[in-house]
Amino acid sequence: MSKYTEDDLREELKTKEYEYGFYTDIESETFPVGLNEEIVIAISKKKEEPEWMTEWRLEAFKVWKEMEEPDWANVHYQKPDFQAISYYSAPNSKPKYDSIDEVDPELLATFEKLGISLDEQKKLAGVAMDVVVDSVSVATTFKKTLGEKGIIFMSISEAIKEHPELVRKHLGTVVPQKDNFYAALNSAVFSDGSFCYIPKGVRCPMELSTYFRINQAGTGQFERTLVVADEGSYVSYLEGCTAPSRDENQLHAAVVELIALDDAEIKYSTVQNWYPGNAEGKGGVFNFVTKRGLCEKNAKISWTQVETGSAVTWKYPSCVLKGDNSVGEFYSIAVTNNYQQADTGTKMIHLGKNTKSTIISKGISAGKSQNSYRGLVQINSRAENARNFSQCDSLLMGNECGAHTFPYIEAKNKSAMIEHEATTSKIGEDQIFYCNQRGIDTEKAIALIVNGFSKEVLNKLPMEFAVEAQKLLEISLEGSVG
Amino acid sequence: MLKINNLHASVEDKSILKGINLEVKPGEVHAIMGPNGSGKSTLASVIAGKEEYEVTEGNILLDEEDIEELSAEERAHKGVFLSFQYPVEIPGVSVTNFMRTAINETRKAKGLEDMPAKDMLKMIRDKSELLEIDRKFLSRSLNEGFSGGEKKRNEIFQMAMLEPKLAILDETDSGLDIDALRIVANGVNKLKSKDNAVIVITHYQRLLDYIVPDFVHVLYNGKIVKSGGKELAHELEAKGYDWIKEEVNA
Repeated sequence: MSKYTEDDLREELKTKEYEYGFYTDIESETFPVGLNEEIVIAISKKKEEPEWMTEWRLEAFKVWKEMEEPDWANVHYQKPDFQAISYYSAPNSKPKYDSIDEVDPELLATFEKLGISLDEQKKLAGVAMDVVVDSVSVATTFKKTLGEKGIIFMSISEAIKEHPELVRKHLGTVVPQKDNFYAALNSAVFSDGSFCYIPKGVRCPMELSTYFRINQAGTGQFERTLVVADEGSYVSYLEGCTAPSRDENQLHAAVVELIALDDAEIKYSTVQNWYPGNAEGKGGVFNFVTKRGLCEKNAKISWTQVETGSAVTWKYPSCVLKGDNSVGEFYSIAVTNNYQQADTGTKMIHLGKNTKSTIISKGISAGKSQNSYRGLVQINSRAENARNFSQCDSLLMGNECGAHTFPYIEAKNKSAMIEHEATTSKIGEDQIFYCNQRGIDTEKAIALIVNGFSKEVLNKLPMEFAVEAQKLLEISLEGSVG
Repeated sequence: MLKINNLHASVEDKSILKGINLEVKPGEVHAIMGPNGSGKSTLASVIAGKEEYEVTEGNILLDEEDIEELSAEERAHKGVFLSFQYPVEIPGVSVTNFMRTAINETRKAKGLEDMPAKDMLKMIRDKSELLEIDRKFLSRSLNEGFSGGEKKRNEIFQMAMLEPKLAILDETDSGLDIDALRIVANGVNKLKSKDNAVIVITHYQRLLDYIVPDFVHVLYNGKIVKSGGKELAHELEAKGYDWIKEEVNA
């Protein structure tokens, strides 16, 4: 990231409006609204997919038609009309680019506003970017460097064509088509996303990074991500999201599947700041995401997320600890302000022996928002000596917001050790005055207190991401204490 | 430096300060003593600019400027420092990070660049030596799990770092054993100069054996009812506050 001074932040804080709320006018090809078998087939055809893929989508669609939208989460919203959404939108400039000069200048301008100019990113050591604008990946960098190590990092559409055996083997093995309503929908209509494969024993030399961005009005986004870490390999994957502001609600239903084979490790970090709606609660993104990882023997998966955006969030990055001695971790900061609603947490499913999981969840609620942690720790009968530690902390700002904790524990093996700690605190006027008296204004004081509260999770993020995350925390809580 | 004229202040419509007059010049040490509930801590909070307190009459001049309209942080930028009687905890924020933020925010208010990290580190080293503070202490979360003595020593450390023009020590001696008291008092004495001033708020004469005041004021029922030299503190210690009460009520 480029240098970011406190003055820049101050400038940003002045404009309360969502800072990335601009709209890029790129000619794009959009399908008619509505969903039926023809649309599913058309999407698959548009993407020149093999027949097995088309069949897979159709199976998912069949299941989805029979399913009902879940309503057990602690969120309230106008359910989307799934027949009023267009399920495919791709920037028109179809061919891949060899150099950045060929990329649509409008698009480059968009990147610039986001502060992720590709040029800069290319130079920036160690970060490869697969940039997703709307649904089709338009630029991939560092592919060569990765290629030398046998690492595959490309859009999932490309992967379906170039590495069909890998995709076919793993797609839907962690999140099956019929897993839940949104996962089924995603399986039927996913437009693009990322695919990553790390070969046996390879340590990926750089952080792999994808920036998602919802761009077209009224376009639902259905990303599909599949990361496979083969035996003994390691990869750190970063996912960052921004979306322009819109009046109508936008639906986002992504699926992320992680597979860590024996002795492999995957770190998956997310910073999400999709448009949360305005101060009156109008507009904003619906974020209904299914993220799950599978750990084989001695494998480890860490989910780290910083969630400041979206009007409604429904998201539970989970780990299935299938292999003996495998480890699952979940570190989360979820911020809600104004009328935002978040129901987020994790599931740790202990199947193997000596499996370990750690959950650290930090919820920060301000304004009139509702912030819920929902987590499941499940120890199955064969999981000898499984261990879990959970810590859920909530920080409240003001008197009109809510923090809720719904921990579920199911232990079917007597040797299990499960610990759960929870705290709720409030930013006090005394804390603010103390900071004021030392010359720190209230806005900065809140940022300091919130950063302190979130430290254990922020520390888990890769360096450059941590800086961005701190910045986001400050921006999203602006004006929340009167 | 500080001039308080006929200051009246109330909190939630309850009148607490009822006409305070006080003048503090550079290089001076003033002690404010008085029984519980006389308004000592309120006076400190009002000078520092705590919002809950409303000034209903009179004014406070800092370097001849009326500071009524200034926020607490603006007063801090002008060199007002309050050592809190009950310092608050900020979990996850280290003493070092807190001080770095405080110093840079103050510099920013004055149009200066952030202090270079090298200078900051040197300053931290020097000041922690001055106050006999173990530097491991500085990476701990601010006041979290600190003993009473550690909290107060940390307040004086912050004072040393911020180099205020006017320092108000609100019952800095409470909760201190004799060794901690000596260290804290020595620190304050080392920081004293002809350009800055200190107001010491205390119940007991004990602290004034170490920080010797030029003037002692007795606050009772929202007013300064008696002023004198350091000998007044001894007199109070000997006769107790009832003596003052009787004198006032007579």
